[in-house]
Amino acid sequence: MTTYLDFEEPIRELEEQIANTKEIGENTGVDMADKVGELEKKLVATTKEIFSGLSPWQRVQLSRHPDRPYTLAYIKAIAGDTFQEIHGDRGVKDDKAMVGGFGLLDGETVMFIGQQKGVNTKMRQYRNFGMPNPEGYRKALRLMKLAEKFNKPIVTFIDTPGAFPGLEAEERGQGEAIARNIYEMMRLKVPVICIIIGEGASGGALGIGVGDKVVMLENTWYSVISPESCSSILWRSWEYKERAADALKLTSSDMKKNGLVDDVIPEPINGAHRNHEAIFETVKKHISKYLKDLKKVDPDKRIDNRIKKFSKMGVWK
Amino acid sequence: MSSNWFKRVKEGITTSTKEKKETPEGLWHKCDKCKTVYTLQEIQKLYWVCDRCSHHGRIGSEEYFQILFDDGKYKELDAKLTSGDPLDFEDTKKYTDRVKATIKSTGLYDAIRTAAGKLDGHDFVIACMDFDFIGGSLGSVMGEKIARAIDHAIKINAPFMIISKSGGARMMEAGFSLMQMAKVSGKLGQLSEAKLPYISLLTHPTTGGVTASFAMLGDLNIAEPEALIGFAGPRVVKETIGRDLPDGFQTSEFVLEHGFLDYIVHRGELRDKVALSLKLFRS
Ligand SMILES: [Zn+2]
Repeated sequence: MTTYLDFEEPIRELEEQIANTKEIGENTGVDMADKVGELEKKLVATTKEIFSGLSPWQRVQLSRHPDRPYTLAYIKAIAGDTFQEIHGDRGVKDDKAMVGGFGLLDGETVMFIGQQKGVNTKMRQYRNFGMPNPEGYRKALRLMKLAEKFNKPIVTFIDTPGAFPGLEAEERGQGEAIARNIYEMMRLKVPVICIIIGEGASGGALGIGVGDKVVMLENTWYSVISPESCSSILWRSWEYKERAADALKLTSSDMKKNGLVDDVIPEPINGAHRNHEAIFETVKKHISKYLKDLKKVDPDKRIDNRIKKFSKMGVWK
Repeated sequence: MSSNWFKRVKEGITTSTKEKKETPEGLWHKCDKCKTVYTLQEIQKLYWVCDRCSHHGRIGSEEYFQILFDDGKYKELDAKLTSGDPLDFEDTKKYTDRVKATIKSTGLYDAIRTAAGKLDGHDFVIACMDFDFIGGSLGSVMGEKIARAIDHAIKINAPFMIISKSGGARMMEAGFSLMQMAKVSGKLGQLSEAKLPYISLLTHPTTGGVTASFAMLGDLNIAEPEALIGFAGPRVVKETIGRDLPDGFQTSEFVLEHGFLDYIVHRGELRDKVALSLKLFRS
């Protein structure tokens, strides 16, 4: 069943009208083509209007849209049957909130890694809502090192409301696990591309987010804290999430403008959640292009560029 | 315990503003844990560690520099670097006003100070946080000052130390704050390549983005006793699991037991232990 957010309501109404009009046409034999055409034009115009004027908070809502594709959907669309998922951190367990494995992209092997959210109630629990434990980050690092050993590029898909803040996570060193990943990713000898496909919450996102190309899909967010938590801490109330979303400058366009991500990947006009095939195609094309560019650079130079890029981030007087 | 060592420490230390304010008329200090009362002069000599219960009271960068550098002498690096306001951030207060007011009330320019001096006659570079400055929060200035301090350490071929005391990221710098974790980690890689030791001292409290980056990346991770050390804050963990936290959860002792610290050091022995660690890397 399709889910519509509050601001998508006019789209739902028009889609319903179009469906009804078509049905009337079919049932009565009256030619409704003109009427349908008119409504479809209106739908395009309305969609454009809504999606061109989205507030930061609305983008946050879209980034969490239940109909949006998650990591495994992207990997399977890109690599098809060649994707072979591999499991475990070789220490504690296999973290279901972090997935990964090799697969072919245009005939060449790529290591795909990402946080995985669940597609229904049962799977959301199974995937721990896309919140990895330390073993998830260690699994990701193991896979990255494996890729490095065999000189394969790495693509990470970021989609997490945060690293899991649980008791065992603390016992097993959530902070150390994320820190280690950030440190090691900075020095990987192979090309690394990081794509924020949904939520990019803080250290939990950065733990697989250090790369030569860090890019955001258009309707995603990336920041140091979620707007809700920011509201509760700075305003001491959950009521200010819209204002917090504005203040944090967490949208893809703001993050790009501030030089904190390298690129924005455009989504279909009505959002990635309404047209999976289109966004898979766009993302695949972008990855191919980034890889082609990055492969031309000498590995040492690539690492040097990566460190320099992050070193430049910050504003001071 | 090395009370002799304390007597060697020279007097006339600058106390952090907050401590001063909490002491009635600036004359008395009450231990937060066992409530023993000290004169300000007594507790200063003890570096704010209670003689009776060993509780480590909060101190700032100046006190740590006095403890660690030979004769308390050092050259501060990039002393006057201050925050920009890249996001034009405003919550209940404008970020620029918050920074201005904090500079005025603390006499500090940001939540970290970096300095070069000597320890046992050998060059040494330290970056030390000040909790009084917006909770020791990690923003662009902290990231940049640490990065430059690491460059300096590489240039003069000196070991490097970060003393952490932070609630984590500075929200008012949002994405900029987050990326400092990556920035400093990149620099630490260069320090490592130069084969220079990095000691990370975690003090009460060290949480959030600081724990999830450079504080956990030391060649040696060491901590003061009973410090709160964690990624998520205890309140958040408690809400997540829906029950009370076990005693001693997220203390230095807990973190040591789980394998993420090399040793715990009483502040009275800090200088000697760090000096020995560095000697062992050097000899
Ligand atoms: Zn006491």
